[in-house]
Amino acid sequence: MKQRLIEFWNSPVIDALLPVLATLAALLVGALMLLALGANPLVAYGALLDGAFGSLNSIADTLVRATPLLFVGVGICIAFRGGVTNIGGEGQLVVGALCATMVGLTFPDGPALVVVPLALLAGFLGGAVWGGIPGLLKAHFNVNEILSTVMMNQIAVQGMNFLLIGPLIDPVQLERASRIPQTARISAAFDLPRLAPTRLHLGTFLAIVMAVLVYILLWRTTLGYRIRAVGLNREAARYAGINVPRHIALSLALSGAMAGLAGAVQIFGVNFRMFTDGSATGFTGSAGFHGIVAALFGQLHPLGTIPASFFFGGLLVGANRLQRAVQVPAALIVTLNGLVVVFVVGTELWRQQRARRRVVERPSEHDEPSLTAIPPTAASLEGKA
Amino acid sequence: MSVFALISSILTITLRAGTSLIYATVGEIYTERSGILNLGLEGMMLMGAVTAFATAFYTGSLWLALLVAVIVGGLLAALHAFLCVTMRANQVVSGLSITLFGSGLASFLGQRLGPASNNYFLVGMVGPKFTPIPIPFLNSLPLIGAFFNQDILTYIVYLLMPLAWFYLYKTRAGLSLRAVGESPQTADAMGIDVVRTRYLYTILGGMLTGLGGAHLSLAYTPGWTENLTGGRGWIVIALVIFAMWNPGRAVLGAVLFGGINAVQFRLQAAGTAIPAAFLNMLPYLTTILVLVVMTWWEALSKRIGAPAALGKAYMREEK
Repeated sequence: MKQRLIEFWNSPVIDALLPVLATLAALLVGALMLLALGANPLVAYGALLDGAFGSLNSIADTLVRATPLLFVGVGICIAFRGGVTNIGGEGQLVVGALCATMVGLTFPDGPALVVVPLALLAGFLGGAVWGGIPGLLKAHFNVNEILSTVMMNQIAVQGMNFLLIGPLIDPVQLERASRIPQTARISAAFDLPRLAPTRLHLGTFLAIVMAVLVYILLWRTTLGYRIRAVGLNREAARYAGINVPRHIALSLALSGAMAGLAGAVQIFGVNFRMFTDGSATGFTGSAGFHGIVAALFGQLHPLGTIPASFFFGGLLVGANRLQRAVQVPAALIVTLNGLVVVFVVGTELWRQQRARRRVVERPSEHDEPSLTAIPPTAASLEGKA
Repeated sequence: MSVFALISSILTITLRAGTSLIYATVGEIYTERSGILNLGLEGMMLMGAVTAFATAFYTGSLWLALLVAVIVGGLLAALHAFLCVTMRANQVVSGLSITLFGSGLASFLGQRLGPASNNYFLVGMVGPKFTPIPIPFLNSLPLIGAFFNQDILTYIVYLLMPLAWFYLYKTRAGLSLRAVGESPQTADAMGIDVVRTRYLYTILGGMLTGLGGAHLSLAYTPGWTENLTGGRGWIVIALVIFAMWNPGRAVLGAVLFGGINAVQFRLQAAGTAIPAAFLNMLPYLTTILVLVVMTWWEALSKRIGAPAALGKAYMREEK
């Protein structure tokens, strides 16, 4: 019995549970903060759970909230597996949303069956370009992609601000001279089908399909094999005859494309128009960053990212209920989410050590994704290609 | 308005806008020189800004406010150092989580720390602030006068810049710091405590970043609003590259970014046709260009300043 317990403790199952344990630890700290504010943590967390998963509607809301995280997270998986770090999710999401909106607004009378796929494709391509530029710079000039994607985020935000105040502004806003930076609503005929009476839309299923497709791409195709080979060891990949620069650029472009798709789906499934408060967060809700966290939660595996995104989506949705239940500022929830991330990041070392120990004990262990072994830290910041 | 007066007024605003950027940039240069990339600046600046303003609002003491901002920035940086150095977590992810956490907490505090009469919101409150202290005679010189019509925090910057440069390049401690960022193994073998150095300079960087945030809420745009920093934390990441990790050059970038702010003010007032968004884009585009030129140049000569071990966790050989 004891032997079996130890075996269970050392098994990968516990590894997968570590993020959950880290979350619980973060929630414990959050409980202390709630207590300090004079709120009952049990009531608060009860409300959070109820708000996230308590009814059909709340589950649907959780799924909707998780959708952009899943798209972005799946893209992050591609980038990290390819040995590059994509911090540009926010910008790629914004560009994808802009491209999709433009398609939607250009053909207001077109058949939905043509226009909507075209718009999603535009979002996909927009994101691919926004991720592909740092990708090409990385591949051919060895420009650090962490820094260039950060810059691309800011450039996208400025582009968005320009377009939404200028050429794309809602004509109604111009008439009223109120000039709120937002576009006109896209034709209602283009709204993604919903599972009435909930707000669950087709985009969520699309995201899950994408996760499965990316899994197949990465582990069942030659292209995916090459991307992973480049990610694991560039030198070895080059020696094996793989075109390393091309696959670096490609993995960042694909990663961006997923984020772009997230933006397009947000427009056609949730917001029906593009708007801004002058920052990216106003539109994205930091999905470009939260997606990275979701991917981490999911062990950088597209399929693992599915439950991880839903978990995070639940946290975000439940937060609103929590806020109403115990009357604390909504920003506490953002803090709480940040805290969860901090704790999850903190357990990474522990997870790696366990993985290493397992490899020593049982050398035949399958390949284990690890954030420090897969290069954001090591290879991507390295001076030499 | 004469040309001199116009340039002089633009220069004045440029320096004022650049001050917070320089503090944070010098801080981040020191952090990155030790091999730690800190993407948490945005969160740390916001936290510095909100805590500084709240302290000044309640105690009326600007200096106490600065102290609080410095401590808060240092604490957040210590958390980053703990995650990256001790727990060897991914620096990028850790930095992002500090940004998410810090900006969330800052806006939470902004909604909580205010007086009851304002629904506990800090937004819209007026507190004490640093005002420009013109230096007699010097401030009336043409052009140069702009340098001597600033608040005390900007004057401190004039001292900080050369000191930061001197410390990094001309002292033994600075040499050790650069060694740690360049090759932690070698530094370790030479008897430099890598872990201690990384903690020290990450925390120092956080303190300066907190100070930069405090300048925003106490001097540049006194008061607290949500998202007060408006992406300045990210600008600083760009500025560090722009300065090529040399504190002496930080002023160039800060003047560029600050100058764009100032020129924009003017252009908006003049009702020009160039959309502000394109001006705002310029610094980021330039940074990407700098990155390209830099890597290309580095391939030729190998010496530009980017710490070779930046972003890499250091671990001694496993026992």
